Formats: sequence, structure tokens, C-alpha cells
Amino acid sequence: MRTRESTFWTWHLLAGLVILVVLGIHMFVMHLSKLLGTDIGKGVLDYYTVMWRSTNVSFAVMYVVLLGAALYHGLYGLRTILFELTLSERAEKIISALIVFAGILLFVVGSYGTIAVYLRGTA
Amino acid sequence: MIDTVSAKQTERAEEIIKTVQFKVLRCDGKGVTKPRVDSFEVPVKKGTTVLDGLHHIKENLDSTLAWRYSCRMGVCGSCGMFINSFPRLACNTQITELESDVIHLKPLPNFDIIKDLVPDLSVLFEKHRLVKPYTLREDLAEVENPTGEFFQSLDEVERYLQFAYCIKCGLCMAACPTVATDRRYLGPQPLAQAYRYNADSRDEGFRARKDVVLSPHGAFRCHFAGACSEACPKGVDPAFGIQLLKRQAFAGALGFLRLKKAAAVAPPVSSAKKLEGIPEAPKKTVQ
Repeated sequence: MRTRESTFWTWHLLAGLVILVVLGIHMFVMHLSKLLGTDIGKGVLDYYTVMWRSTNVSFAVMYVVLLGAALYHGLYGLRTILFELTLSERAEKIISALIVFAGILLFVVGSYGTIAVYLRGTA
Repeated sequence: MIDTVSAKQTERAEEIIKTVQFKVLRCDGKGVTKPRVDSFEVPVKKGTTVLDGLHHIKENLDSTLAWRYSCRMGVCGSCGMFINSFPRLACNTQITELESDVIHLKPLPNFDIIKDLVPDLSVLFEKHRLVKPYTLREDLAEVENPTGEFFQSLDEVERYLQFAYCIKCGLCMAACPTVATDRRYLGPQPLAQAYRYNADSRDEGFRARKDVVLSPHGAFRCHFAGACSEACPKGVDPAFGIQLLKRQAFAGALGFLRLKKAAAVAPPVSSAKKLEGIPEAPKKTVQ
């Protein structure tokens, strides 16, 4: 009952929902901490606070999830915008391939950074 | 007495209220001559439509002006044009309701131009054909040799009725901002018609339509600007139809969509009696 595009589009919607939740947590932790009284130590950008977050497994997972969801949501949106320029089928295929490549590359680099910091901090 | 009143009413209707200026974009559609804007003075009576104004020009001022029309009553969908920067039917638009003494007329945007105010609607019809806008059923034997009528309740009719009022005038396609940039986008008219048949209880064509309707240039490209619904002269809401298609797609992708079984043939009404005085149906001329 699904097509390739309907699956992609459904993931796009679900990624939007994930972003809403994870970005919400990020906003609470990073930008509303003083307002909510959840500020620990010398502020959210203090070295020890940053290290605490980076070596916390929940935050590490959340960062990777946010990265994946934001990349998928954003790059699918970019693909949509480009597809609306009445391109040839060949151009659309090339764009899709480039976007998949860029997405995987950025996801690998971003995840590597998060996981490397987590592993080094917990070692 | 009554004759005097009706005569007065007729006289008032024939009275010229004002004169407006029609500024019409003229072009040959082939790019041979440069497009230009011609101005015409048109007398306006109570109830004069833009189509009446165009007839006045054709009969009295310039016989070379081209536009398309047929029914003159908002049924055929032929006289769609860009009237004061909004897609409307010329026959359905009274000049007084435009509240302007200058009427700008252009052919419908998002279509190629054949001549003057005549758009080439063949793209619309091709896209319309792609979504298989007819009832598709699996019981081919019944379709080929019908034994009765398919049952449909009033609630089931309500699910698609408003979309069945579409007259294929192309105003929604002309209003759509996505059609303007993506020529491969199916557009509001074909998509709303795809939903019209998907929602029909006599139809089983969702699978047959999905590859076109849920393609990269199908329902997902709708930005929900709603311009199509605003432009429709028949009160159809194509934007709503497209969102319902998206809902079907979403449920389908997650595996929640339950496809309906097409309505069965309704049993003959045994208690019905034929009213007196109704003649027999004529004999079939074609077997």
C-alpha cells in the first residue's frame, strides 16, 4: 500500500516529530535552564557541565538521534525544493544520490564526534 | 399593472450603468508577434458578465479577439481566464462585482497559450487521465455484464460528492503556486479527482492509482496554499482532497490503511411497484 515516495515522506513527518521532542529537550537544557532553575554549576557552557553532558549516555544517544532526524528532515526538504524546479529525471536522480551521499557523510562525521567524545570522556 | 412593473424592470435591466475599460492581453501563442495589451470601452448593464463584455468587443470593436466559451452558465468550464489577477470563469463573473472600472484580462497562467485568452488545457487533461478518473473494480465480469446497480448509501455519497462537482475548468491549476514552478506536479485537479474515486465505495482502484498519485510529483508536493480551493467556481475544495490523499498515504506507509471492499450489487427491490402512466423503456438499439 506504499510507494517509495510515500515512505520517504512519512519518515520526513516522523523525523519532524522526533526533532520537536529532542529539540525541545535541547531548548530546556541549553537555553531555558536559568528560567527553569535546572542550571548546574557555572552555566550550561562551563567545561565540567559540557563534559558531564558529553559523557552521559542519554545525551550521547539524543545527540545522534537529533543529528539523524535533522539531517533527514532537512535534506528531504532540500530535495523537495530542488524537485520543484521542473528538472529532468536524470537531474533528479543525481540530486537524490548527492543528497543521500551528503546525508550519510554528515551523519557519520557527526556521530563519530559524539561517540569519540563520549568514549574518551568515560575512559 | 403587472405588465407595467415587469416592463419597468426590463427597462432598468437594459439601462447602461457605466462604461468600463477592458485591457486584454493579446498574443498569437507562437511567439511570432509580440504580446500587447489592447483597450476596449465596454458598456455595462445590470448583470453584464465579463463574457458579455467580450461578446460586445467581438461584435462591435474587434472581431479577431479569441477566447473559448460554450455554456454561458458556469457548467462547461471553458471560459476560465485571469480576470483582474484572479482565475475566474468569464461567464460567472459580473463586471459590477469586480468593483473596478478597468478590467484586466489575461489567459490562465500555468498553461501554454493558443491565442489571446485561449489556454491550452491539454496538459490538464493528460494529468487527469493519468490518475485513472473512473471506477476501477476487481469483479470484471460484473463490470462487463452488469446485473444491477452497485449499492451506495447517502453517507458514502457524501464522502466524495463535493469532488464530483469538478468541471475541469483548470482554474485551480492556474491558481496553484506549485504548478507554477513544478510543471511535472500533478496539480490540484487530478489529485482531487484521484481522491474522489479512492473515496467512492464502488471503487477498488487505490492500488492502481498510487504509483502516480504518490509519486515524487504527486500529492506530497502540495504546500497547502489553498489557492485552488479559493479559485474553484463550483465550491470544490481540492486542497482538502489532497490532504485526505496524504492521510491515506501516511496510513498506507505505516501499514494502517485498510482498503475497502467495493460495494456489491444491490439486490432488486422486490416490494417496489411501478407507478401508473410511466411508459416502458425503449428497446435496446445496441447489443
